[in-house]
Amino acid sequence: MAFQVPVATSRSSTGIPTSRLAVWWVLASEIVIFGGLLMSYLLFRLLHTSWGYEAAHTNPYAGGFNTFVLLTSSLFVVLAHQAAEVGDTKRSFRYIWYTIAGGGVFMLVKAYEYTSEIMHGYTMLKSVFWSFYYTATGLHGFHVLCGMVIMGIIAQDVKKGKNLHRVEAIGIYWHFVDVVWIFLFPLLYIAK
Amino acid sequence: MSEAHTHHEMSFWEKYVFSTDHKIIGFQYMFTGLFMALIGGFFVYVFRMQLAFPGIDVPGFGHVSELAYNSLVTNHGTIMIFWFAMPVLIAAFGNFLIPLMIGADDMVFPRINRLSYQIFLLSALVLIASFFVPNGGFGGSWTAYPPLSAEAQYNATPLGAPMWVIAVGLEFVAFLLGGINFITTLMNARAPGMKMYDIPIVLWMIVIASILFMCSVGPLLAGAIMLLFDQLIGTGFYNPAHGGDPLLWQHLFWFFGHPEVYVVLLPAMGIVAEIMAVFARKKLFGYKTILYSVFATGILSFVVWAHHQFIAGIDPRMANLFTVTTLIISVPIAELCFVYIATLYGASITFSTPMLWALAFMAEFLIGGVTGIFLGASGLDVYYHDTYFVVAHFHYTFVPIAIIGFYAGITYWFPKMFGRMLNEYWGKVHFWGTIIPFNFIFIPLFILGAAGQHRRISGYVHFPDLYTQDLQNLRIIATVSLIAMLAFQVVFIVNMVYSWFRGKKAEINPWKANTLEWTVPSPPPHGNFAEFPTVYRGPYEYSHPDREVDYWPQNEPGPDPAKSRK
Repeated sequence: MAFQVPVATSRSSTGIPTSRLAVWWVLASEIVIFGGLLMSYLLFRLLHTSWGYEAAHTNPYAGGFNTFVLLTSSLFVVLAHQAAEVGDTKRSFRYIWYTIAGGGVFMLVKAYEYTSEIMHGYTMLKSVFWSFYYTATGLHGFHVLCGMVIMGIIAQDVKKGKNLHRVEAIGIYWHFVDVVWIFLFPLLYIAK
Repeated sequence: MSEAHTHHEMSFWEKYVFSTDHKIIGFQYMFTGLFMALIGGFFVYVFRMQLAFPGIDVPGFGHVSELAYNSLVTNHGTIMIFWFAMPVLIAAFGNFLIPLMIGADDMVFPRINRLSYQIFLLSALVLIASFFVPNGGFGGSWTAYPPLSAEAQYNATPLGAPMWVIAVGLEFVAFLLGGINFITTLMNARAPGMKMYDIPIVLWMIVIASILFMCSVGPLLAGAIMLLFDQLIGTGFYNPAHGGDPLLWQHLFWFFGHPEVYVVLLPAMGIVAEIMAVFARKKLFGYKTILYSVFATGILSFVVWAHHQFIAGIDPRMANLFTVTTLIISVPIAELCFVYIATLYGASITFSTPMLWALAFMAEFLIGGVTGIFLGASGLDVYYHDTYFVVAHFHYTFVPIAIIGFYAGITYWFPKMFGRMLNEYWGKVHFWGTIIPFNFIFIPLFILGAAGQHRRISGYVHFPDLYTQDLQNLRIIATVSLIAMLAFQVVFIVNMVYSWFRGKKAEINPWKANTLEWTVPSPPPHGNFAEFPTVYRGPYEYSHPDREVDYWPQNEPGPDPAKSRK
């Protein structure tokens, strides 16, 4: 179906590009979703010091490695944005795929962690700590996966030189996913 | 319907089902919402019949078992708030009005808009499907407190309960998508010259409501995922036996649930403001005061939630705190009411159907607001909690908001939406036929609540204190009034359908209003504006002394009176 982008989309009463403005509002809504989950976790955690012993069974080395991977992928998405800004679509395309690869490595390590934890009996039903662990990291992993898929779609556009402004939008989102992990990692892995 | 020919011939499916046009999406939301309201209305008819005449075979339904009663009450509340008030007040009016009133051709993200409606439709279908699974729909009240909602052995609806949670979750996602679109559109797609304080109040209200929704629904979405895991996998987030806490849900729910009241209130207040200014032919009193009162209400609405939990076992010191914030929040709302009355003061008012609805909104909402003060006081609430006093109170807020607010809006914008005038005479018959029975339904419920009638009981036969002739008479009055009110809605449906096809053709600006939607043909064509307007002044310049005509459209070139007054 022929779809015409309306004039409204190209207007900018605030001076902020519409795509960037919208992504910031998406993040605002995401912040309260993760905020609600983490707040609930924190309040429980402060009441139940015993959860520290449960947290001891997470794998901080894998988590630390994943932190490094995600931060590096955030650097790549910045470089992709920078390349898109100057119109270097080839370089932008390449860096977007480096970012996706970073997300992929993150997901693989996370899958390894889940597997070994479940093999050792630390399933979602073990205790409320583990319920929170799987819910929070699972929701975060879902966001990583969504980001990867969207980036794959944007990469195809970038290759053809279309919709270059979207690289910035997905970049902002990707940083957010990164920041959520920066909160999750110490709260779930390190705090004993 | 000539707009279809401007680009290419669109099929029925393209034009009405998979449309990205904000007006069509608005209609989709409106008609889906109204259809759901019919279901919600049928449910209330069934369970009110059971309360007035315990044990009878309700015509059209049959015997009401306790399980069915719980499910009917729960889904009546759920539907009326999530599938009627929200889609109609925010999504339908928001979609229809935002681009038209800011002088744009569409929302900034039309395809996200369409996706929002499709997810909403899916959520409605999931909810309707849940009525037909074994054991029926969820019956743990629309607030879904665990453990009742979390464990199938208590709620007896192993399929209905998770389907309810999924439906509500999907509905939230739909409104998040729609809300982001609304906010971004109003912020970025305004016509040249339309400054912050030139935006019609109704758009401010819809967008502030969207922001409130967005900021409050997140924790509940997280909570809903946790509840779903409790139901389906058997985690123990809300189960004390596993180290969880059922109170957590109450906090997450009401952290959303109370701002939600304002999420639906604000669009209705906005609609009423537009109508009052137009039919009072006066400049809206205190535009900025209204705005700042709404900001104050919005911020305060995040710190009042625990007044729903005074008897849930929270710390009494916390109850004190929440009593204070609850009483404070009535200040900006009272301020709004006073400002609206000031607009009416000394005006030459036309009592047209939309204006009657707008005035009725003020009068009835006032009763709802004042009785809320009783419940906000933690001491009194110990007695009133979970009685019909609470039921009557929130219906005196939600009926004005959802039903009166909707009728005010639809009677006012009907000429623009459908290009025909509604019949005034039958509009007024419908008005009185709705307002009078409405009061006869809920004033008896206040009395019953004060007499100690508990909310969640399907019949009072086994409660001798409550099953007296006097109290039963009150229940019968309420039920008969309800049936009268429901019957009068037929008048509206007939009037709407008849006027839609046979009504008098509407002019471009039948009410002589200033805002931009009244500068385009009725109904507006695809793309809305043949030539995009420029805005020169605020939306409420009525009866300006320098002008011969008593209105001053926003797009008419000329001086801005707000500037020259400085």
